Amino acid sequence: MTIHEPPIDRGVPADPAAASATVTVRIDGQDVTVPQGATLLDACRANDQPQPTLCYIETLTPVNACRVCVVEVEGSRPLVPSCSRQAEDGMVVATDSDRVRHSRRMVLEFLGSSVDLSLADGEVADWFAQYGADPTRYGPPMPPGDGRDHRHAGHHHAPGPDAGAETVEQPVKVDNDLYVRDYSKCILCYKCVEACGEDAQNTFAISVAGRGFDARISTEFDAALTDSACVYCGNCIEVCPTDALMFRSEYELRQAEVWDEPQQEVTTTVCSFCGVGCNLELHTQDDRIVKVTSPKDHSVTYGNLCIKGRFGYDYVQELSDDLATTPIDEVLRAARTPDPDDGRS
Amino acid sequence: MDLRFSDAQPTEAERDVILACVPDVETVEVPGRVVRSGHAARSQRHLLLPALAAVQAQIGYVSEGSLMEICRRLMVPPADAYGVATFYALIRTEPHPPRVAHLCEDVGCAPFGGDELIAAVTDRLGPPGTGTDGATWAPSPCLGQCDRAPAAYLQLAGQDDQVMVGADAADADHLVDALRSGAGSDPDLSFPQQGQDGLELLARVGVVDPTSLDSHHSHGGGVALRRALELGPDGVRAEVGAANLRGRGGAAFPAAVKWNAVAAAPASTKYVICNADESEPGTFKDRLLLEGDPYRLLEAMTIAGYATGAEHGYLYVRGEYPVATRRLEHAIAACRAAGLLGGDVAGAGFAFDVELRRGQGAYICGEETALMESIEGHRGEPRNKPPFPTDAGLFGAPTLINNVETLFDVTDIVADGGAAFAATGTPDSTGGRLFCVAGAVHRPGVYEVAFGTTLAELLELAGGVDGELGAILLGGAAGSFVTADHLDVPLTFEGTRERGLALGSGVVMPFDAATDLGRIVTRIAAFFRDETCGQCVPCRVGVVRQEEALARYLGNGRDPVELELLADIDQAMTDASICGLGQTAASAVRSAIRQELV
Repeated sequence: MTIHEPPIDRGVPADPAAASATVTVRIDGQDVTVPQGATLLDACRANDQPQPTLCYIETLTPVNACRVCVVEVEGSRPLVPSCSRQAEDGMVVATDSDRVRHSRRMVLEFLGSSVDLSLADGEVADWFAQYGADPTRYGPPMPPGDGRDHRHAGHHHAPGPDAGAETVEQPVKVDNDLYVRDYSKCILCYKCVEACGEDAQNTFAISVAGRGFDARISTEFDAALTDSACVYCGNCIEVCPTDALMFRSEYELRQAEVWDEPQQEVTTTVCSFCGVGCNLELHTQDDRIVKVTSPKDHSVTYGNLCIKGRFGYDYVQELSDDLATTPIDEVLRAARTPDPDDGRS
Repeated sequence: MDLRFSDAQPTEAERDVILACVPDVETVEVPGRVVRSGHAARSQRHLLLPALAAVQAQIGYVSEGSLMEICRRLMVPPADAYGVATFYALIRTEPHPPRVAHLCEDVGCAPFGGDELIAAVTDRLGPPGTGTDGATWAPSPCLGQCDRAPAAYLQLAGQDDQVMVGADAADADHLVDALRSGAGSDPDLSFPQQGQDGLELLARVGVVDPTSLDSHHSHGGGVALRRALELGPDGVRAEVGAANLRGRGGAAFPAAVKWNAVAAAPASTKYVICNADESEPGTFKDRLLLEGDPYRLLEAMTIAGYATGAEHGYLYVRGEYPVATRRLEHAIAACRAAGLLGGDVAGAGFAFDVELRRGQGAYICGEETALMESIEGHRGEPRNKPPFPTDAGLFGAPTLINNVETLFDVTDIVADGGAAFAATGTPDSTGGRLFCVAGAVHRPGVYEVAFGTTLAELLELAGGVDGELGAILLGGAAGSFVTADHLDVPLTFEGTRERGLALGSGVVMPFDAATDLGRIVTRIAAFFRDETCGQCVPCRVGVVRQEEALARYLGNGRDPVELELLADIDQAMTDASICGLGQTAASAVRSAIRQELV
C-alpha cells in the first residue's frame, strides 16, 4: 500500500511535563510519571510499553469489555483493565506477569474460538503468537444455530458430550448499498454502538440486544438498516476492529476475490461537499475509489465523516456501461445496483 | 435529539397501559413542527423498564407498537429500548402465549420432584412456548422456593402473577388449571423455627400481619425509628459501626464503611437502595422476610436514609416474587398515607420515600451496579469499579446499597444498640445469620442461628440429612461443594474463609449420596451460561467454554485434557471478569472436580 502523507497537523499528544498535577506509577519496575487523570494504558504507552487493546479506541469512552488490556495492580484481587483504570500515585503495576499473560491468552482464545478474526486489525495475529493463544483446543466449531437475532434471554440448548466450540457464526447482513454487517466477525466491543450514539453521531440506530453469549448488535426488532435510524455516516465501520462492518464495495470485491489491498493507494484530501474541511483518505484500486476513511487523530473529524464524505464519491468515477472501464468496475456496479428481489428501489 | 421512530402504533389496550405508567410529556408547538419536550422526557428514562414490564404484565408481550409508543414518550431510541427489553427473561418481544408457568429446573427443584413436574406439564402443554388456550410453560432458574420444591411461578398477562409451591407431578392438572384460570392462591408463610424464642431477624415473621401497619406498630414497629431520631444520623452510624455489621448479600462488606462514606459524600442528592433481587440458586431467605415482615424493611430503609442524608430510596425486588411485591406495594402506600414516608417522615423534619422496582428476570441484576443500571433504564450490565457506588452510584450520585437481611439487622442494632448486637456471634462475624437449608434434609426452611454454629449443627437443626450425605452446596451456585469432611466448619465469615469457602447468600443444600452430582454441576454451569450479561469476554465466552468442556469431561470418560481447559477457563474468568458473576462462575465446578465429586 502506498500512502501519500498530507502536510497537515494531526495534533500532538499533551506533554506530561507541562501538566500541573502528575502521578507516578511503577510499571514493571520502572517509575512512570503521567498527568493526573491519565489511565494505566496512557502510562504504559508513555513508557513505550504498548498493551494489546480491542475494545479501546482513543476517540470513544472506554467500555473495558474485552479485557485483553488487563494488568495486575498490587492490592487488587482481580486484574484491572488498563484502558480505563486511572493511574494513582504509588500504584505498582505488572503488565507481563503470569496472571496477565494467562488472561490475555484466554481472551484471545475465547474470541478466536467463537468469532471470525480473519480480518481483524493486523496486530491481533501478533498477539496470538505473543501470548501463545491456541483457539483450536476448544474443539471444532459447532455448526451455527438458527435465529441468533431472536434468541430469548436465559435459555440455550445444552451441549452434549460431543460438543465442539459454539460460535457466533451467522449469515452476513446485506440490506443496503453502502455497507454490510457480518456479525460472525463481531467481538461485541461496543465501539459501533458508541460511535452511533453519544460518542460521535448521536443517531442511536443500533444497540446491544439479547444477553450473554447470545448478545448481539441490533437495530430495534432486528429491522433492516434501511428501516432503521441509520444515516449511513459509516462511523461504525471506521471504529470496527474486526471488519465485521465493511463497505459494500470492499465486501463485493472480496467476494469476487479481486480485493487487492497491497496494490491500493491511499490519498488524503479534503472533502469537497461543505466547508467544514474534513480530511478524507481515499482508498483506490485500479483508479477506482473502493473505500473512504478519515484519520482518527485529525483535529476536525477524529475519524468521523458524514454520508457524503464517506460514501458520496461516485460522481468522480463514472461506472456507466457505456464507458471504458477498469477491471473492477463490474463488481463495483453490482454493489450499487439494487437487487430487484429485495423490494426496494 | 433527533430520534427516528417507526410508524408502528400500539393497540388501544397497549396504549392505556403505557399511559398509566408514563406521564404524557409536554408538547411544545413550534410553527412547522411539533417538539416533545426532550429534557423532560429523557429525565424519565428510568421509567423504561417499568413501562416495558407493565405492557408485558397486561398484554403478554411487548409489540413493536408498544415499544415505539414508550420510546416516543420517553425519548429513548428504539434500538436502545429493544436492547433493554431483550436483556430480561421475563419480557417477550415476540408474540407469545400470555400465560406462562415458569417451572424451576434448578438444583433445588429438579432432583426433588421438579423433573417429574416438568415432564407432567409437558405432557399437558407440549414443549415450552407452545401450548393451547394461550397457556404455556418455560424452564426457569431457581425461583427462591427451594424449601417447598418443586416450584412454579405463574406469569399471567392481565392478572396478578402467582406462585405454586410443593407442586409435584400429581399436581400438574391443578397447576395447569391455575395457569389457565388465574385462580390460585398465595402459599402460606411458614418456617421451621416459627414460634421459637430468641429469634431476631425472624421474630415477627408469621406473627405480625404483613398487610397491616397497625399490626407492625403493635409488634414493636417504629421503636427503631424513634430511637434513630434520638441518636441522630451520626449516632445511628456509630451504632452500625459498633455492631460490626457485615453485608448479608454475599460479599460480607462492612456496612458502616458504606454508611459513613455516603453520609460524608459532599452531594445534595443521595440514594439508598435495598437489594431484594434475591436470585442466587438455593436462596430464599429474603423472600421470607419480604413476605412476612415488609414494614420492618421500610423502617430500616428510612433509618438508612436518615443516617446517610439520602431522601430517595429504591427497593428492587425480584420479578419472580409476586407475593412479596404485592405486600411491599401495599406497605409503601400505607406508610405514605401515615406520613412515615414522604416529605416529613413521622413529623421529624426529614424527607424519605421509597420507590419499588420489580426485576424482570436477570440474575445479574443482583450485582449492585447492574441493579443500578437496571433502575436507570438500561441493560443490567455491571459497571467497572472504581468508582464505587458510595462515590458514584445510582444516577451518578453517592448511593448506599444493602441487602434485605442486612437492613433487617439495622432495626435491631438501632433499637438495642450496636454493642448488644456485637455480643452475639464471633468478633468478626457479629449477630445472627439466616441460612437457606433445602435439598435432602428433613425440615427444609430458613434457619436463624448465631454466627459460629457449625455446618453439622445447622443440619441437625433441620432434622438431619435425608439419606446418606453425598455433598453439600454451600453459598449457592457461586459457592462451593463441601463434603462430610467439612461438617465441623463454623459458619462464620472467617471460619469459612480459612477453609477456602464462603457463606455467600447462606445457601446450605445437601444432596444424598445417590444423587448424580455431575448433573447438579452441569446445571450450575448451564445457569451461568444463561445468566451472564455478556458484556466482558472472559465471562461471556468463558461460561460457554466451561459448560462445553464439562459436558465433554463428564460424557467422555473424564479426559484430563478437559480438566486442563476447565482450570484455564476458571483462572481467566476469576481474574479478568468485570464483576462477581464471572469471578465466581467457576467456583462450584472447581470445587466439585477438586474433590472428585464428579
